[in-house]
Amino acid sequence: MKLKKENSDKRIKKEKPVKTPDDKWVLRLYVAGQTPKALTAFTNLKKICEEQLNGKYSIEVIDLLINPQLGSEDQILALPTLVRKLPVPVRKIIGDLSNTERVLVGLDLLPGC
Amino acid sequence: MKKAESKLLNQTLSKSPTGIQGFDEITNGGLPTGRPTLVCGGAGCGKTLFGMEFLVRGATQFNEPGVFMSFEETNKELTKNVASLGFDLEDLIKNKKIALDHVHIERSEIEETGEYDLEGLFVRLNYAIDSIGAKRVVLDTIESLFAGLPNQLILRAELRRLFHWLKDKGVTAIITGERGEETLTRQGLEEYVSDCVIMLDHRVNEQTSTRRLRVVKYRGSMHGTNEYPFLIDENGFSVLPVTSLGLKHIVSNKRISSGITLLDKMLEGKGYYRGSTVLVSGTAGVGKTSIAAHFAEAACKRGERVLYFCFEESPNQLIRNMLSIGIKLEPWVRKGLLQFQATRPTFYGLEMHLAVTHKIVSAFKPAVVILDPINTFVIGDKESEVKTMLMRIVDFLKANQITALFTSLTSGESALESSDVGISSLIDTWLLLRDIELNGERNRGMYVLKSRGMANSNQIREFILTDHGVELREAYIGASGVLTGSARVAQEALENAEVLTRKHDIERKKREIERKRKTLEAQIAALHADFASEESEASKMIETEQDMIKRLEQDKIEMAVSRKAVIEKGTTSKLKK
Repeated sequence: MKLKKENSDKRIKKEKPVKTPDDKWVLRLYVAGQTPKALTAFTNLKKICEEQLNGKYSIEVIDLLINPQLGSEDQILALPTLVRKLPVPVRKIIGDLSNTERVLVGLDLLPGC
Repeated sequence: MKKAESKLLNQTLSKSPTGIQGFDEITNGGLPTGRPTLVCGGAGCGKTLFGMEFLVRGATQFNEPGVFMSFEETNKELTKNVASLGFDLEDLIKNKKIALDHVHIERSEIEETGEYDLEGLFVRLNYAIDSIGAKRVVLDTIESLFAGLPNQLILRAELRRLFHWLKDKGVTAIITGERGEETLTRQGLEEYVSDCVIMLDHRVNEQTSTRRLRVVKYRGSMHGTNEYPFLIDENGFSVLPVTSLGLKHIVSNKRISSGITLLDKMLEGKGYYRGSTVLVSGTAGVGKTSIAAHFAEAACKRGERVLYFCFEESPNQLIRNMLSIGIKLEPWVRKGLLQFQATRPTFYGLEMHLAVTHKIVSAFKPAVVILDPINTFVIGDKESEVKTMLMRIVDFLKANQITALFTSLTSGESALESSDVGISSLIDTWLLLRDIELNGERNRGMYVLKSRGMANSNQIREFILTDHGVELREAYIGASGVLTGSARVAQEALENAEVLTRKHDIERKKREIERKRKTLEAQIAALHADFASEESEASKMIETEQDMIKRLEQDKIEMAVSRKAVIEKGTTSKLKK
């Protein structure tokens, strides 16, 4: 148990910049048109951000049907894809974000269970 | 009928030429236009290069721009890698002939959180295709996705959709795949791409590697089904069609001299056919190379180009050795009519040899090609492979109307009339050199084992190397077989002596007859003389008799006169006289 706690402490330490109030989260959601999956993803993302990030975030939705050249920049294959540009490191989450727990894991937002 | 068929074929399935040497020949025109083709094979067999050359040739030769979507190498790596093959990707990209897109996925960076699809890949591909108006697409190697994306079900469904989408888009696509254990590809891509499947293979046999290509499947088209060797050199990919050349080459009725007058005489007095294949085989040291050198020199003298592959000697050594029998090759080398190619057979694999031969022959355009000797290829390689290689060389040379002369060393134990590499059936004219051991001597004999299309001599000739080249002598057939060397000389002396005695005999007989004739003539002369004397005697007697008759008549007349008888006037006057 002790060991586990240390581990989670470390993780919190690592994510310290995340927790500081000045830091803003920059998120990008890649979609291709207003597909049901895209809409679900956006709704889910909005909800999670409201709950977890207290307004310190910005979401940029990129429609690849309009700007296809942006796809290769973030190495987008699957859609929808959520990219955490800031804080670094860049993380990618694919899918419609319906599995909230996995989204939180993906974004490193789980505060040590 | 056949033409109509092929016309129909062309109507039903249009093909995109790859521009890859030899490949378009075995597929009758290239890859199926507007359909995906699967290229599979193990690591390092040239899949990426095949795809890249398809694009580059398409862009430069057929004006069909292409997209290369790489799942393994980055754009930079790719550009660098293919630059070594003479492809300038940067330039092509600048001119919008080729678009590169590197797709990178890192499993550790990705978190799956529900439903998704691969629309992003479609969008990128679509964008790349539309940005340059691409007609060709290469996906290399799409199987990497299986490592990057956890959900196989989605992936497989999406791949199926992707290949349909490519077809709808009308692009000619190549999808590469790593070879699997039991399946053609590790992830069973052949399930999705079923129009055309090409397999590349890279085998190492006895330390030399051979690349091979096979068209496993080509829906709606005829294709060569064999395994074709291919190579990758500084000019890119080249597939070597084994049978596509076939036996359709034009034949020539022209004859060319072998460079040895008596040998020409054995071949109807005219020499070899142009474009035929000549094999000179024999045991060690019987003068195979000398025959080859004679032929080379004769061709050079006619002003023809000769390409001489020597696999055992260096060109300088060969020139020196041939000088000792009076064949001067060096001036021809300087004139550029004679070119030597000296490589050890083990230097590279058979296919590479074949390709090198192709390349040099195409560049030098010789009328005569000499391979000396061919059996050194057998070292380390299977005979059948050597045979197919030589068959391809023969086909290739024949198709180009090049006269080929091969020499082959027969080892002492094996039968003389079998060449080590088993190519006798490919040979048009076969000269066999053999040594004849007799009376403690070893001499050389030569005969024409076969020569297609001519009434060749069936004699064994003695083969002598002199300081002015090869000489052939009539061989003597004695009770103990063919006589050569000193035995032949002895036989010659014997015959000469016999001839001399006969000559003496004749002389003697002639003299005898002369003598007989003279005696006869003398006898005739004596008889003549006898006759003459008898004749004169007889005539004298006749004269006397006649005188007597005259006198008697005179007496009668005188008696009558004295009796004063009437005498006819005529008679009196006559008498007065």
